[in-house]
Amino acid sequence: MSGEAKLDILTRINRAQARQQEPFARVPVRPSARPRGEVVEQFAEYAAEYRANVVRVPAAQLAGAVRDRLALLGSGRVAIPGDLPAGWLPPEWPFTPDEPGVTDLTAVQSVVTGCAVAIAETGTVVLDHGAGQGRRALTLVPDHHICVVWEAQVVDSVPEAVAHLRESVVRGQPLTWISGPSATSDIELSRVEGVHGPRVLDLLLVREA
Amino acid sequence: MSAGGIKPARTFQQAAKVTLANPQMRRNLRHATTVIREKRERAVAELLDWEALRDEGAAVKDHVMARLSEYLLDLESAVKARGGHVHWARDAAEARGIVAGIAEGHGAREVIKVKSISTDEIELNAALSERGIHAIETDLAELIVQLAEDRPSHILVPAIHRNRAEIRDLFRRKLGAELLTDEPKALAEAARLYLREKFLTTKVAVSGANFAVAESGTVCVVESEGNGRMCVTMPDVLISVMGIEKVVPTWQDLAVFMRLLPRSSTAERMNPYTSFWSGVTPGDGPQEFHLVLLDNGRTDVLADEVGRQTLRCIRCSACLNVCPVYERAGGHAYGSVYPGPIGAILTPQLLHLEDKNANTLPWASSLCGACYDACPVKINIPEVLLYLRGKITEEKPLSVEAVAFKTAAWVMSEPHRFEGAIRLARTGQGPLVRNGAIHALPGMLGGWTDTRDLPAFPPQTFREWWRKRPAPQVRGDDGNAQTSEGEPVAPERTDDRGPV
Repeated sequence: MSGEAKLDILTRINRAQARQQEPFARVPVRPSARPRGEVVEQFAEYAAEYRANVVRVPAAQLAGAVRDRLALLGSGRVAIPGDLPAGWLPPEWPFTPDEPGVTDLTAVQSVVTGCAVAIAETGTVVLDHGAGQGRRALTLVPDHHICVVWEAQVVDSVPEAVAHLRESVVRGQPLTWISGPSATSDIELSRVEGVHGPRVLDLLLVREA
Repeated sequence: MSAGGIKPARTFQQAAKVTLANPQMRRNLRHATTVIREKRERAVAELLDWEALRDEGAAVKDHVMARLSEYLLDLESAVKARGGHVHWARDAAEARGIVAGIAEGHGAREVIKVKSISTDEIELNAALSERGIHAIETDLAELIVQLAEDRPSHILVPAIHRNRAEIRDLFRRKLGAELLTDEPKALAEAARLYLREKFLTTKVAVSGANFAVAESGTVCVVESEGNGRMCVTMPDVLISVMGIEKVVPTWQDLAVFMRLLPRSSTAERMNPYTSFWSGVTPGDGPQEFHLVLLDNGRTDVLADEVGRQTLRCIRCSACLNVCPVYERAGGHAYGSVYPGPIGAILTPQLLHLEDKNANTLPWASSLCGACYDACPVKINIPEVLLYLRGKITEEKPLSVEAVAFKTAAWVMSEPHRFEGAIRLARTGQGPLVRNGAIHALPGMLGGWTDTRDLPAFPPQTFREWWRKRPAPQVRGDDGNAQTSEGEPVAPERTDDRGPV
């Protein structure tokens, strides 16, 4: 039955579509000409406008900053992707490496991950769920997400980010684009944070040594 | 039931009469559209190459339309290569059958849904319900609409016609939520509690798709609340229903649409969450994925050279928010899941210009062109509206209207006939005029005054005034006013009233 539907639809399309094909050239991605400092600054500003907590830290103080953010939110269980670099974390804190099918994510309060790329134009962080980012549910079910963003990961524009992500997509990895915490404006257009995803998003923006 | 399909139950003019009488809806809509409009202008102004971006968006979509079968086949093979299943649905019934069949195959009694207009278009919820499967809408606004057994009134903020007090009462009644206040924060929390359990326990989810990439088989859902992430991540089985026009050729094309869509729709630089997935990912998310490719009239739209541009639509709702008719009449007046200017051209075309109610939608416009200016993919909505008006009128057999216009043409072609008709009308209108206007014409002419008042004929026409005016004044060589025969006249204007 489905094969027949496919044939029907394709026949209809072939009858319907324009004979002349529009000449079409994609606009090439222009690398950003702006100074790096400005790009990183804008990312921090725009992400904060989306009510993410943006903390600028030197690389040497990353683990301390993670500890501060965790301490601020209380002492619940904290999960991490199994391959998160140990140097990012305060050694004294008990972290649970996530194991799909084993970890009860509803019992996890906070999660610490890295990201694949961050976008200045929009204040967005993108996870391609590769190294140090874990499976998708890990950064979705817990209430608090600490995301580590290295300044070198910040690109200027959406087209640059898309170009950067191409390899992950071609490999079949899923992507999650995050701009601030979960939010709704469905009731009288007043914005409320934390409908379903994490209610708190901390972005630790790390300055390389 | 929130799903309403695309067949309007009455004409736009009949439905608008009802919605225009709802001051709450009009207030909410005016507020919402004004706020979004102003925000959108700022968001768009930030991108210096916005116009070029609109051109590029339109070009990508036109290119897809010219090679649609090729890209759909690429998409199918890419999704299959990643472990997904692809289904083709010629019409709504076929699509409903496919989705229901998959859900039944897994013994599902409940499915969770992320807001999707294409599943509303095919009236999926009702079809599932007939087979004993309850579809739970998880977008906050869609949930409100579903609990209220109402219909969405806006593409993006479907419950914009309801206020917080109504929503609190609804949640108390339907969810048993103990709500002390009607603060949006408390209402959102009640929804979170109710839905979280559903996300964690339901096995089958249904979504729409904003875009799908042919080269990689990547499907995309753009949202804010995280309910979309939940639906495409937590269940075992995911079924995505998408119109065939949603395919884009390459991953790089998303660079265009991820800039155009959020700024045009919610007027944000970026929406809070976007999920992309390709088939299934071992150890992460649903391990069974179905993509349903829906035609349901789209190939007929594609076949029409003027109407074809309608398929560029990325469902951003920018045209709704700038439309003066939508702002006053509201989404329900359009009687279809596709309201506003885009609905006025999409709905009748999807129904092959055969539905007598949908065929009134191209007249639901002042043709002001604001929708065309706002459209991120440059759909010339006024052009399509006029084109459809022409087609719909042509196809009608000789109607009363056509006879009336033929008569009018005959009357107006000769000055003496026209003047005679005016004199006749002026005498005849007497009993109908109140405060200088006619509010209801009798008999078959009544249609004209259903939705507007008619100004009464003035007591004197311009031509009558012209004939009765004093002889025209021209300046003589000496600079003094004189008649054309050279006799001086008094410079004052006479008290003869000009045309009213």
